[in-house]
Amino acid sequence: MNMHSLILRTAGHFLLPLLLLFSLFLLFRGHNEPGGGFIAGLVAGAAIVLYLFSMDIAAARRVLGIDPRSLLGGGMTLAVLSGVPGIFRGQAFFTAQWWELAMPGIGKIKLSTVLLFDVGVYLVVIGAVLTIMLTLAEAED
Amino acid sequence: MLYAILSTFVLAAFSPWVHRLAGRHSGWVLALLPAALFVYFASFLPAINAGETVVIVTPWMPGLDIQLSFLVDGLSLLFALLISGIGFFIISYAGRYLEGERDLGRFYVVMLSFMGSMLGLVLADNLIAMFVFWELTSVTSYLLIGYNHEDLKARKAALQGLIVTVGGGLALLAGIVMLATAGGSYELSEILNSGDAVREHAWYLPMLILILLGAFTKSAQVPFHFWLPNAMAAPTPVSAYLHSATMVKAGVYLLARLNPALGGTEVWFTVLALVGAVTMFLGVFLSFRSTGIKSVLAYSTVMALGTLTMLIGIGTETALLAAMTFLLAHSLYKGALFLIAGILDHEAGAKDFLQTGGLRGALPITSTVAMLAALSLAGVVPMLGFVAKEGMLESVLEAPGLVPVLTLLASVSAILGVAVAAIVGIRPWFGPRVETPKSPHEAPPALIAGPMVMASLGLVFGLGPGLADVGILAAAARAVNGGVPVDAYLSLWHGLNWPLAISALALVAGLLLYSRWDRVRALLAWVDIAARFGPERGYERMMDGIVRISDWQTRLLQSGYLRYYIMFIVLATAAMVGVTAQIYDVSAGPLRLQDLRFYELVIVAVMGASALFAVLSRSRLGAVAALGSFGFTVALTYVMFSAADVGITQILVETLTVILLVLVLFRLPGFLGLSPRLIKFRDALVALAGGGMVMLLLLSTHNAQEIPSIARYFIEEAVPSGHGRNVVNVILVDFRALDTLGEIFVLALAAVGVYAMIRFRAEDRK
Repeated sequence: MNMHSLILRTAGHFLLPLLLLFSLFLLFRGHNEPGGGFIAGLVAGAAIVLYLFSMDIAAARRVLGIDPRSLLGGGMTLAVLSGVPGIFRGQAFFTAQWWELAMPGIGKIKLSTVLLFDVGVYLVVIGAVLTIMLTLAEAED
Repeated sequence: MLYAILSTFVLAAFSPWVHRLAGRHSGWVLALLPAALFVYFASFLPAINAGETVVIVTPWMPGLDIQLSFLVDGLSLLFALLISGIGFFIISYAGRYLEGERDLGRFYVVMLSFMGSMLGLVLADNLIAMFVFWELTSVTSYLLIGYNHEDLKARKAALQGLIVTVGGGLALLAGIVMLATAGGSYELSEILNSGDAVREHAWYLPMLILILLGAFTKSAQVPFHFWLPNAMAAPTPVSAYLHSATMVKAGVYLLARLNPALGGTEVWFTVLALVGAVTMFLGVFLSFRSTGIKSVLAYSTVMALGTLTMLIGIGTETALLAAMTFLLAHSLYKGALFLIAGILDHEAGAKDFLQTGGLRGALPITSTVAMLAALSLAGVVPMLGFVAKEGMLESVLEAPGLVPVLTLLASVSAILGVAVAAIVGIRPWFGPRVETPKSPHEAPPALIAGPMVMASLGLVFGLGPGLADVGILAAAARAVNGGVPVDAYLSLWHGLNWPLAISALALVAGLLLYSRWDRVRALLAWVDIAARFGPERGYERMMDGIVRISDWQTRLLQSGYLRYYIMFIVLATAAMVGVTAQIYDVSAGPLRLQDLRFYELVIVAVMGASALFAVLSRSRLGAVAALGSFGFTVALTYVMFSAADVGITQILVETLTVILLVLVLFRLPGFLGLSPRLIKFRDALVALAGGGMVMLLLLSTHNAQEIPSIARYFIEEAVPSGHGRNVVNVILVDFRALDTLGEIFVLALAAVGVYAMIRFRAEDRK
């Protein structure tokens, strides 16, 4: 899989953190501007896939640090759990809950189960993209 | 009440740990729960006997009018007491009987769940709740019968029981929905009061047939009786429980429960009385010619179930009281006898009556208890079985019709019943000592306590039938009679009358038959041949047929070629949409070409060109690239209509798709040959059909404006209730979060699927 391209290699090194940061940016702004968990997950997945092409499979797995299949399970769990708090307030499953946190120096931060859900989506999308890509890439050998 | 039933399931979940902690005493520890439940249920007795019915309601799915409501009256209480009371002995017995078994922990889980399901079934007031518990008993009994899962026979018997009872359960579900429609409620307590409306309803007959199918399969009535004797592949405590107080009695319970709503008609009487009488006769006949200890007992259960069905069918007040008495008597003696069969197996290694004889000396207590229970089975004075049998014969003689047939079948069954009782009560204990596989010795207290209590109760209630009558049976019969007290009472001595004469005759003839048991059995060898054409054969034929049909349709539909799958999907969708469009008269809106802008035309032209190139290209890479360019133009249109999120997603997905295809393309062989002209033509037609269908759908949305759009609601509510300005995202993660959850689940599943397909194939190659 290694393309032995110095340019791609160098670029991959620099682009990976940038793209991952960008994906987080997309994830968190998604509620008000274009973005969101699905898009962010695709960007993050594509970032790792780029790294995979510029380096090799082992390096891609190393930089990910976790089996993408665990991301699938973890993301699903998070998404389901985000629906639970509503029940304790006597509302239907998946009713969104919002909390406002006053942070000194930054201002008010809005936290919600919706964000948790979106993070779950994010993880599942990364997990799905990478599970498929890595499996296919490894199958080639 | 809800907690009482839930407690069994909760304890079931924890029972493996209890088992690990309590070790060899786990049976006694776990049996504390049924004992406590028995006391709890007994606390209802005074109120119920005073003529009250208690309804306890807990909302469950209020939107669907389904409630976890419970109805406590004489009938349900009688069952609940039997289930918890006998359950106490069964679980304490099982702890010792299965001691040291690897799967004992699992056994407790299933056994307690089964007990809970059974309690729920008899106490439920809501029909749907009752049905859920009904199916739960089928599932848990499947696990119980198949407890020895390494044994092929046990697995087969378990599956057979499951398929027969669940098949009947399906019919029952349809039946109770009709019943609820006719009765105007899903609550039994209300349906039972609107019996006239139900009986006069146009659906009465189909409803009755469906409900009877459910009850007959569960209670092993002819021709569904075959699964019950096979179910004795289960460990003995399970058989004892299934046969005495639970599972198979569920069908009888249902018939008794619905008697006020469905009973009293000509059809009800004819079907129930005849099927019941035939089942009774066939059961005792097959019991008489078996030699396996458990199979003799199992077939005699079939007889008892037939008797109960017949009595409920006859439906006179004497018959209803007799049914309840018989129910109690049978539960007591059958529970005791099955547990004694377990003792014979456990302490002497005997599984067949021919292997036994003269064991009275080695097992003095067990043999006494067995004889006591057998006396009740035979219906001999002064056991409760006698009272029940007298009541049964009296009801038959007074039946509203079919008296000659029923009397004949009942008398013959009574004779054979005495013979069967003699096989059980005399054969293993008297006569010359037969060598048993294990050297026999007396059973420990945990094993003999249950049979002793149950058999003694049979004697106590026999000597003082008023005790059982006033205690619960009158209340139970009243419940079956639709709340009207029955004008009948139990007594040991009814005077010199026909039932007594038949009983006496049965006793003599039965003992005579027993003395010639071996010879009569040899004469009946032809039954084995006849059995090959019986209903069990039909069941096996049906199962083979199902396997063959699914094999055939799998070969037909699952060709393994992606192109055929896609073709089926596209054509089927197009056909369904087309037909629906025809039915609802959907027409395409007008094409307003004059509104097209120039750049839109350019995009459409690029789109068309890429599609055409993808179709005509002779290389794979070319086709992939063309598809990619097609995808990007689609993304452009999204952006043009200011759907930024969708556009971004489309671009990202396109990018990843191209990467994916590149990864896969390496592995594909080159085109060996292109499709012949005819196939190309067919594919083009399929593609046109699919594309045309989508176009028709899109154009017709213009005409569908009469349905108010929900877009406005989403846009207006996004900021105030969704706290977000990106409407698409608010819909995805808040308004329609459940849909998104489903989608990511599918995504995860697809990823796991790809992983499994590629990895497992790679491993196979190694």
